[in-house]
Order: sequence, then C-alpha cells, then structure tokens
Amino acid sequence: MSTAAATHEHHGPATGIKRWLFTTNHKDIGTLYLLFSLLMFLTGGAMAMVIRAELFQPGLQLVDPHFFNQMTTVHGLIMVFGAVMPAFTGLANWMIPMMIGAPDMALPRMNNWSFWILPFAFAILLMSLFMDGGGPAFGWTFYAPLSTTYSNDNTALFVFAIHIMGISSIMGAINVIVTIVNLRAPGMKWMKLPLFVWTWLITAFLLIAVMPVLAGAVTMVLTDKYFGTDFFNAAGGGDPVMFQHIFWFFGHPEVYIMILPAFGIISTIVPTFSRKKLFGYSSMVYATASIALLSFVVWAHHMFTTGMPLAGELFFMYSTMLISVPTGVKVFNWVATMWRGSISFEAPMMFAIAFIVLFTLGGFSGLMLAITPVDFQYHDTYFVVAHFHYVLVTGAVFSIMAAAYYWLPKWTGHMYNTRLAKWHFWMSLISVNVLFFPMHFVGLAGMPRRIPDYALQFADFNAIISIGGFAFGLSQLLFVAVVFKCIKAGEKAPAKVWDGAEGLEWQVASPAPYHTFETPPEVK
Amino acid sequence: MSEEYQKYYVPAQSPWPIVGAVALFFIAAGAGLTVMQMEQESSHGHYLLFAGIAVLLYMLVGWFRNVISESHGGLYSMQMDRSFRQGMSWFIFSEVMFFAAFFGALFYARMLAVPWLGGDGNNVMTGEVLWPEFTSAWPLENTPDGTSTQAMGWQGLPLINTIILLVSSVTLQFAHTAIEKDKRTPLTLFLLLTIVLGICFLGLQAYEYVHAYQDLGLKLDSGIYGNTFFLLTGFHGLHVTLGTIMLIVVWIRVLKGHFSSEKYFAFQAAAWYWHFVDVVWLCLFVFVYVL
Repeated sequence: MSTAAATHEHHGPATGIKRWLFTTNHKDIGTLYLLFSLLMFLTGGAMAMVIRAELFQPGLQLVDPHFFNQMTTVHGLIMVFGAVMPAFTGLANWMIPMMIGAPDMALPRMNNWSFWILPFAFAILLMSLFMDGGGPAFGWTFYAPLSTTYSNDNTALFVFAIHIMGISSIMGAINVIVTIVNLRAPGMKWMKLPLFVWTWLITAFLLIAVMPVLAGAVTMVLTDKYFGTDFFNAAGGGDPVMFQHIFWFFGHPEVYIMILPAFGIISTIVPTFSRKKLFGYSSMVYATASIALLSFVVWAHHMFTTGMPLAGELFFMYSTMLISVPTGVKVFNWVATMWRGSISFEAPMMFAIAFIVLFTLGGFSGLMLAITPVDFQYHDTYFVVAHFHYVLVTGAVFSIMAAAYYWLPKWTGHMYNTRLAKWHFWMSLISVNVLFFPMHFVGLAGMPRRIPDYALQFADFNAIISIGGFAFGLSQLLFVAVVFKCIKAGEKAPAKVWDGAEGLEWQVASPAPYHTFETPPEVK
Repeated sequence: MSEEYQKYYVPAQSPWPIVGAVALFFIAAGAGLTVMQMEQESSHGHYLLFAGIAVLLYMLVGWFRNVISESHGGLYSMQMDRSFRQGMSWFIFSEVMFFAAFFGALFYARMLAVPWLGGDGNNVMTGEVLWPEFTSAWPLENTPDGTSTQAMGWQGLPLINTIILLVSSVTLQFAHTAIEKDKRTPLTLFLLLTIVLGICFLGLQAYEYVHAYQDLGLKLDSGIYGNTFFLLTGFHGLHVTLGTIMLIVVWIRVLKGHFSSEKYFAFQAAAWYWHFVDVVWLCLFVFVYVL
C-alpha cells in the first residue's frame, strides 16, 4: 500500500516545529507534557504570588476582592489540571514504554491529541480572565450556587474548558492502561512491573472512572446557569449539597490521581540511593490498589459541615481513617528500604526523603481533618489549606522534582549542575515550610480560607507565610535554570546514571535513542 | 506464539491529532460563546462552534482513512488489534461513568433531596419555614416554587422504544454471527435492519419530546423531574445518534467489502457501543419511566 511500509521503519525526529506538532513519539510527547507543566507551574505560581502579596498585610491593598477570588480559583485549577496532572502524564509517556520494554505508547497518534488539547483548554480558561466580568471566581471546586446563581457570565467558557481537559485526561489514561496491559515485553510479568508502572496503571483506572463524573458535574452547572434546570436549586426540587456529592465523588479519587504516581516515583528512587531492593514490593502493589478502591467511598469527608445524616458522617469518617492503613504500609516500606542501606544523598534522594517526611506530615493533618467532630472546627480554615499543600506541594510537586532530577540525565544525555540542584532543594525545603507550616496555626485559630482580608491577630503569621511564599516562588527559578542548562549542555551522562539504579530504562544509552525497544527485550 | 511479538506498528508523524486539538478548541470556545450569547441579539459564537464541528469531521475522516489503509496494508498485528479493542472497552467504561453521574443525581434527588424538602428525616422545619405548601412526591410534578408539570408514563411510546432497541441488539448479534462466518448477505441485511431500528427509535424519541413539551407541559426547566428526564434521555439520544452513525459507516465499509472473519475491529467496536446504549436505555426505562 501507499502508506510506505519502508519509511516507518526508522523515522528519526523531524525538524523544526513540525516535529512537535505532528509527533507520534512517546518521548517527544513526554517532553511536551513536561515543558507545558513547567509553564503552567510558573503561571499558577505567579497567581499564588498575587494571593500572598495581597495577604502580606491585613486590609485590602493590591487587588480587588473579585480579582483575588479569580486568582485563588485559577491558581487551583491550573495547579491541579495544568501542572501536576500533565507532569505525571509526561513522566508516564517518557518512562512507561521504556520501563516495560515497549516500542512506544499503544496508541501513538491519540497520545499526541491528548497533549495538544491541553494548551488550547488552558488558553480558553485564561482567556476568560481578560474578558468583561472576569474569569471563574468560585473556587476550583466551583460549588453551587457560587458557580450557578452567583457566577459571572463567562462560566460557560470554564465549563467547556473543563470538558476538553477531561477528554484529554481520559484519552491519556486509556493510552497508559492499554500500553501497560498489552505492550509489556515478554517476561515482564505483572509482579515484576516497576512500581511507577503499577501506580500509573491504577491512576489511569481512577482517571477513566472519575473524569466523566466531573464532566457530568460541569454539565449540570451549565444547564443550571443557562438553561433553567434546578439540579442544585432547592426551589425546583434539587439540592446544592448534591453538587458537592457529585463533585467530590470525582474530587476525592482525583487527589489520589495526583499522589499515586508520586508513590511510584518515590518507590523507584529510594531503593536506588539506598542500594537495596524495595522493601515489601507486593505489599506496595496491594496498598496502592487498596487506596484506589477506598478512594471511591470517602468523598463526603469534604462536606462534614454541609449537612448529612449522622450515619453518613460516621461512615465517611471511618472509611477515611481506613485509608491511613495502606498509606502507612507505604511509608513503613520506604523507611524499611532505607534501613541499613548504604544511602547517598543526591538531589533526587534528597527530594524523596523530604517527600516521605513532609507527605507524612500532610497525611497526619489529613487524619485530623477526617475526624468529624474536630473537622467542624477546621473546616474551610487555613488548616485545610496547610493540609493539602503539604500533600500536594511537598508531596506531589516534590516527587515530580525528584523524578526530574532522577531522569533528566536519561532524557537529555547530560548531567545537570548538582550544586545548583542542591541549592534548589535546600531553598525549597526551608521556604516551603516557612510558607505552609504557620498556616496550621492560623487555621486552628480560625482564619478562613479564600478571603482577601483577615483579622489583625493573624497579621504576623501571614507576613511570615508570604515571605516563605515569595522565597519558595523564587527558588523554583533555580529549577528552571538547572533544567534548561541541562538541556543545552553538561557533562556526558552514562547509560546507567546512578550505580544503584535498576530497570530497563538504564539499559539504553543516555540520551535515550529516539526509538527504544523496537523489538521487545527479553526480561529475565 | 510467534505472532504475539511481531513488530508493533508505530505510525510516522501525523497531522490529525493537532487538527483534532484545534477542532476541540473551536468547539469548546464556540460552544461557550454560543451559550453566553443566547440572549443577545447579535451573536457569533455559533460560527466558531460550527467551524469546529466541520474541522472535527474533516479530522475524523482523514484519521480513519489513514488507519483503514494501514490496516489494509497489513501493518497491524493481532497485538495492535488488541490495543484497539482494549481502548474501545475503556472508552465505553468512561461513558458508563458519565451516565453514572446523571443517574446519581436522579437517585439523590428522589431518594434524599425531595423527601427532605417535604420534611423527611430531621427536616420538619425546612418544609414548614420555606415551602409549607410543598409535599414530597415522585415523579415531582409540583416543585417547591410552584412549577407544575405532568409525568411521562411508561406505556405506549417508551415501551415501544424499549422493544425496538432490544430487537436492534438481537439483529446486531445476528450480524455479528454472520461476520464471524463471513456470510456477507445476512451481515449486510441485519446491519441495515439494526440501523433502521435505531433511526426509528430516534424518530419516536423526538416525537415523545414534542408530546412532552406540547401536551404534558414537561420541559427541561420544569423542576428536578424534568431536568433528570431530559438530560438522561437527551444524552442517551445523542449516544444512539452517534452509535447509528458508527453503524452506518461500518455498513458502508461492509458494502465496500472491508473486514474478514478474523479482523473486524470497527464492526466490533460499533457493536459494543450499540449494546452499551441499549443497556443504558434499559436502566433509563426502569428508573426514569417505570419506577
């Protein structure tokens, strides 16, 4: 046939912009995802800087409250859907085919489609910020009636942007699952899969299960706002609390979507730099699966104060606390892996250790929030903000940094500036705690979240928090510097960059050739 | 199992994904603007929306043309076929979850929200203070704010539609048996019959909507009963439309002599999709119409 069978044999990268627009290569697409995620991380970060600048002092100084609301909303949306999720998808694209000995992702063209939807989706979302009436200002959780009765007229753009982001995520997740199920090299049995692959398999399942529910939720918001339906309006027989149930049925698995791949990364890095096998491999797999399954029955712990029958409050309290068991298994296993290992402290390992400590801290505050009666005090305060930033920044984001420092030499073929990377680590570690730790205190003292002003007694802590915030923001510029210097030049990296590393990705050259494993390797 | 590890086809560069992304951009921005401009006199959003749909159709035709010619060129192994099948199964699973959101809303409204508004549980004062006249019932024909409507019965049209869809699943199964045995004539006929039944269903559904709006006063905005009724049946109708289009494309390909008794992924995918919309209808029939 005319679809020249000969040319597809050894097509190298095309040149110029066409390479990136038309590519079907998992490494190109992985790079696109990662760079897009970095851009979004900086954009969302800039919005966080606006928030912290406004909160530096009590009173209203820099921005008006409506714009402040848009900043908190779009910061959340960008960090969740634009920074963390695409970063993990980028890592999945780069690493999963190499880790399982596959020639590429299972559906390479669809893979490119999944990526290119994202810049357009965020263009729509960001566009609305500059229109009359402004962007979404109802919080990233877009609770009804804030998003229906009280939202501005541009809400339809938010709804359709979320729709196409969802399409992108679902297609990406289908690709990941099919690749893992169908494209493993001979001998790559299920219980030999690297944990990053396992965690992503389960994450992809969660994505396919809950992104459509989010699509349903935004659709109901759309019809409530523009077409006269009453899903979330008691006057028509609906219920605003129903919005929260539907949203959090998506939302809680979503937070595990943002942390399970991080577990996989940490489970890859800790054994490498401890020079030991991962402790309790199969219990890690089962713990991941348990967390994923439990994530479907805990959603209403986000709504203890919104009104639920007592039996519901108790059920969701206990099921939530149950999640700490498999999570505890994981933390135990990481620590046990390090126990009596010959540990060295390279940049990826430093981020991984910081992850273990600080993520656990975020887990503990989560456990506090899970207890219904005390949640009545913590609900919608800065304590909640502290909690989810510990699990998402020092959790998910730190794991992404760790992964970048772990695999950058494999991607670029160059060793990065390790001194600069360590500076980045220490600056981030100190500033992130200055930023988020005091939020526990102001939260316990009753400072509400999402408000541009606050009572005078919170002034000192907020000044400290803002200083930590600016320092953390500036520290990330070091990361940008390390990455781009590493792409351009650097000491030549060997195939096996870290002496304790295991896995198929270290058997190919650095930088990894454009096509790897066109004939599957034999896994012993 | 030597075929198991025959070379997996990785396509060279393709323009279709970026075309598809641009199409979705136009559709999303266009749909958003269209909705926002509904009450204005001059609107332009729908031009963008239609342009997006046109680009999407162009993309689908081009993309599938490539895939079909690659398949006919013998570039696809059985492993590739499995990738397609698994991909389609997971896509259908995502569709199941999309409907689950609306069924969830239906169950929540009728089991919890409406009874609570009527004073159930510990909500006696809610009813007394807000809407003392309101009594809880399902189907909710009189909403708390006084909108009233009539419920859609399940006898008559809905029952006929149920039978039509059930029969269409059976005829499609006959077509499936025919393709496995490579009997082209029964395959063509049964497939055509399935398509005709699908179109009948859609026609009757449209008629039912007219009946609901004109005779029953049952509208999209007549409270939670009308909301769930129209969104569930409406999204189902959209999926039947999509399924019918898929079956028509497959039918044309059958006429052109595509597919063999071993390789018929497109047929299989369309058939799975059709059975899926059938099952969704059965749930709809039970929970929206009968109960």
